[in-house]
Amino acid sequence: MTDWKDKVENMVYSGRIKVPYLWNVGKTGSRFLIAIRDNKEIWGTRCPGCGRVYVPPVKTCGECFVPTTEWVKVSDTGVLESFTVVHYSYEMQPRKAPLAYGLIKLDGADGAILHLIGDTDFAKLKTGMKVKAVFAEERVGSIADIKHFTPA
Amino acid sequence: MSKIAIVGVGQTTCTRSKIDTFEEMVFEAASKALADAGAEIGDIDNVVTVSNDFWDGRTISSMAVQEAAGSWGKDVSTVEGDGTFGALYGMMRILSGSFDTTLVVSHMKGSESIMNLITNAMFDPIYQRGMGIDATSAAALQARSYMTMSGATEEDFARVSVKNHGNAKNNPYAQLPMKITVGDVMASRKIAEPLKLLDCSPIGDGAAAVVLSNKKGLKRFRKEPVWIKGVAHCSDSFTLGYRDLAKSRALKEAAQKAYKMAGIKKPLKDLDVAELYDAYSYMELMWYEGLGFAPEGKGYELIRENATGMKGELPVNPSGGVVSSHPVFVAGMVRLIEATLQVRGEAGKRQVKGAKTALAHGINGPCGQAHCVYVVGA
Repeated sequence: MTDWKDKVENMVYSGRIKVPYLWNVGKTGSRFLIAIRDNKEIWGTRCPGCGRVYVPPVKTCGECFVPTTEWVKVSDTGVLESFTVVHYSYEMQPRKAPLAYGLIKLDGADGAILHLIGDTDFAKLKTGMKVKAVFAEERVGSIADIKHFTPA
Repeated sequence: MSKIAIVGVGQTTCTRSKIDTFEEMVFEAASKALADAGAEIGDIDNVVTVSNDFWDGRTISSMAVQEAAGSWGKDVSTVEGDGTFGALYGMMRILSGSFDTTLVVSHMKGSESIMNLITNAMFDPIYQRGMGIDATSAAALQARSYMTMSGATEEDFARVSVKNHGNAKNNPYAQLPMKITVGDVMASRKIAEPLKLLDCSPIGDGAAAVVLSNKKGLKRFRKEPVWIKGVAHCSDSFTLGYRDLAKSRALKEAAQKAYKMAGIKKPLKDLDVAELYDAYSYMELMWYEGLGFAPEGKGYELIRENATGMKGELPVNPSGGVVSSHPVFVAGMVRLIEATLQVRGEAGKRQVKGAKTALAHGINGPCGQAHCVYVVGA
């Protein structure tokens, strides 16, 4: 028995969703971004419960479920806890492949900040190595005001 | 807690690119689950649909498939997350006392968009999204963190890929059944180091459904019930960098709770088979540890000793797992379905002989932020 569906050409509709958004950063995040923009300084918040220093800062500690109370300046240098070199390119990436991401535990912070790794031979990246922030020359108040991290 | 049974299961094949619409896939899975249960849509008291708007490219995607899920005129609710969470919610709706039976369906057409763009959007828009991070690059960071903590090697990850793609040859629903070697995985294209092409799951299309019932509802069905003996769900920090990526605290917590409910004391011995959400090869080793199959940092020993192969002490992913078929959000429900089929003795060529107690596991969020663990048995 023949199926009528075998004879029907399948139509495919191509579309694209484009919706503008405005995301409020909040006062805690804004203070963090402004310190990078204006002073090339990286600040975190400390939880009064567990003592953990969050960078980027959080207004409340997820672990202790209490508001953080203290601002702490951390170093712009830290340890590369993990990294990956990415070999594919898509339009959401700010750079062409190969590009590298790192999780960097800044000196004075707990946990790690995610950022790009640049200005280096990726083959030489190793976990545990020291890296430092390279700030963008023109800073606008976004996380990209740190251009990337590079071996210190 | 009163007992909840799985009385019907249904899945479509998982393929790279189906021409079926969302509705057609959902109808296929739901109809198969009802037929498996020996039931009709009238036997279902309420429906839960599982989907994700960004993947589907439409808002309230979960509402759009409701005709196909048979929910006209019924109480219906939705879950945006993995199918294991959807089934847990479906179970809770019965436990609330309002219903005796639930049909849970999930669907995914990963082929219709671009995985990297979609998963980039799960990250925080202020601090992380602009870097271009996505599910695969985030997983690569986790894989390296795990290697540093445990001493597991890229070859260990490759062994998982070899085992699961090989097992997929016994599963007619799997997307990528392949006989490959560790050398093949190691030589495959670098994607995001240390992950290579054959360490990464193929994002595909598929749908799955389960029918759940309490004791009172059982008389509506013809299938022997498979009981949910234990189930638990736990989540950790969303933000990469705020949680220890190398150790899954959430999985440990969920597993311990589910084991306690089910009376599992030594999981490696007490379980007969496990189906895990290995979206990337390395994850399976991490989940061994979180689930207590191996001590922390020692997951690789099980794969090196072939303890989780089909003839090992605890076969893991006889279906081929997620690394060989990855309809996102559906994949966890498929794990639950596979566990059910194993306990029934209906798993065909992938059957673990004499399996009585099976584990199913699902994840949600970046790098396994949340975990859901089921123990099912006859």
